Amino acid sequence: MFKNLLLAIDGSDHSQRAGQKAIELAILEGKGKVEILYVVDGSKSKSDVLQYGDSDSASRKRKKMIAPYEDMMTKASVDFTTTILHGSNGAAESIIDHANNGNYDALVIGSRGLSGVQTMVLGSVSHKVMKHVKAPVLMVK
Amino acid sequence: MIAAYIVFCVFYHTCYNAFVLVGSSFLRRSSFLMKSFTKERGARVNYVEKLKKDWLGNVRGDVLAGIVVALALIPEAIAFSIIAGVDPMVGLYAAFCIAVVIAFIGGRPGMISGATGAMALLMITLVAEHGLEYLLAATILTGIIQLLFGIFKLSSFMKFVPRSVMIGFVNALAILIFTSQLQHFVGETWLMYSLVALTLAIIYILPRFTKAVPSTLVAIIVVTAMAIFMNLGVRTVGDMGALTQALPIFALPNIPVSFETLMIILPYSITLAIVGLLESLLTASIVDDMTDTESDKNKESRGQGIANMITGCFGGMAGCAMIGQSVINVKSGGNGRLSSLVAGVFLMFLIIVLGGVVVQIPMAALAGVMIMVSIGTFDWSSLRNIHKLPRTDAIVMVVTVGTVVYTHDLAIGVLTGVVLSAIFFAWKVSKVRVEKSLNAKGDIRTYEIHGQLFFASVTDFLDQINYDEDIHKVILDISDAHLWDDSAIGAIDKMEHKFEQRNIKMELKGMNKESTDLMDKIGGLSKASGH
Repeated sequence: MFKNLLLAIDGSDHSQRAGQKAIELAILEGKGKVEILYVVDGSKSKSDVLQYGDSDSASRKRKKMIAPYEDMMTKASVDFTTTILHGSNGAAESIIDHANNGNYDALVIGSRGLSGVQTMVLGSVSHKVMKHVKAPVLMVK
Repeated sequence: MIAAYIVFCVFYHTCYNAFVLVGSSFLRRSSFLMKSFTKERGARVNYVEKLKKDWLGNVRGDVLAGIVVALALIPEAIAFSIIAGVDPMVGLYAAFCIAVVIAFIGGRPGMISGATGAMALLMITLVAEHGLEYLLAATILTGIIQLLFGIFKLSSFMKFVPRSVMIGFVNALAILIFTSQLQHFVGETWLMYSLVALTLAIIYILPRFTKAVPSTLVAIIVVTAMAIFMNLGVRTVGDMGALTQALPIFALPNIPVSFETLMIILPYSITLAIVGLLESLLTASIVDDMTDTESDKNKESRGQGIANMITGCFGGMAGCAMIGQSVINVKSGGNGRLSSLVAGVFLMFLIIVLGGVVVQIPMAALAGVMIMVSIGTFDWSSLRNIHKLPRTDAIVMVVTVGTVVYTHDLAIGVLTGVVLSAIFFAWKVSKVRVEKSLNAKGDIRTYEIHGQLFFASVTDFLDQINYDEDIHKVILDISDAHLWDDSAIGAIDKMEHKFEQRNIKMELKGMNKESTDLMDKIGGLSKASGH
């Protein structure tokens, strides 16, 4: 049933918990695989480059941010891969495209991300994902 | 005319490539090895393939993104011209020339360059005091400076601009773009205010429903249509200056060629060159990150220089890379050289065809777009993270913003920020720790120095030395210290001298190689000169 899982993360506490649930789901059936997905959208690129100096340093910081999730998977001995998507037109759209183009049994995502202000202005990523992803979505509070 | 441009650019590009190829093959041929011939052919094939990929790797995405960017560029180019105090055509010509030239010779495919707010803000005084012709001359000179900057590979100097200064730069730019719009509100009626509000509402709310059309374009069309059909009688672009529906023509600026002229434009050109490169290289890094590829920053500097030189000759104002437009371009699927070319050519095409409509765009719509640009330029995450930053970085950021807002000059702000960061840095590393210990007999004093010894830290360090102890030997352990300059050597000389006067021997311990070399170079001199 839940063999092929997609875990969309953004480094928030919510997505940390989503990571744990993804592991539980993967273990439930035994031998489930998890793909960790992190989306760097346009405005994220801008603020990251400004904050960390250049693209290389920004990439390093992102790898550091993803490392705890990978550790979590390794500790639970769950098979995983990591995907970082760049340059997209909004995080939600990228997650939706990626989820709908791949063959996933479920998408696991945190209920709320890092950007509170953005949520008010543009509508939340999780909300859009819930609406448009075809696979079952597990939203973790 | 467009054809002429393209021919010129292709010509330049081919010459440049031929030069590189001939140069490299000459070097390789001199080795007289068959192996090198195959290698050379491989290099040429790779080069052609790279060229093909840069131009034709993503035709559909590039053309669509180019069209979107052209539509978004028009209101910005007009608004930036108005900020600078010149006719809208000056900004539109700049956007056209720069976008087309950069498509061929830029170092960062997928990046969009044109007339920008940062540059426009620096030109206001020059235009007001000396007029358009001097601005065009300054633009050409800016290009020459930037070209030299690229030829001498000075993009690495950008590392002297700390990140907190760059954040300050971007935020100050956003604030200036916003405040530059306030003049359009003076003495206006509620009608103008509500049109601005409507523009902003469309810009921010439309993307919730569709992202197929750029929301700024829809906002401008709706507001312009309302102004025309309801006969609102608000101020329009046409009231701010003339818009000629013609291609730019080549003409050197009509100015007296003299030393005085140079002295007038040089200060402007230098600041324009610095600010232009700063924003261009920052944008290049952002596009690097968005596309997860690398780019040649020195080639980009050269490209920006040549683009500005050509723009100045065709009646356009100096420009640079545009953060917002480049982000729009990549988001819309553009990542090759073609998108910049399409953006430039399509923009000119629209102006020639639709110039009559463009002059009827109400200023309210443009002001709304500019407010959106300033909101988009501001780095909001820096406000969220400001309490996490080291205190000194936060101060540098705020001071940079404050200086720019006060002086209206981005270059002065950047310079102030860099100097302030340097002072903070010197202050931080100038803290030298001295550990003292006595031997069992109590006649040998050891000073262990930890830290950097240089002009700013020597006084602090010397204050901690006690010359009047009853001992017969002093050991100065500098294995955890580094001597940086003449002042550091001087301080050690001075110590030795003072201890000598009191008949105390001084011994240096644990010099690293660099410090020894410096000591040999300078220390020997200062002793020989009898100090």
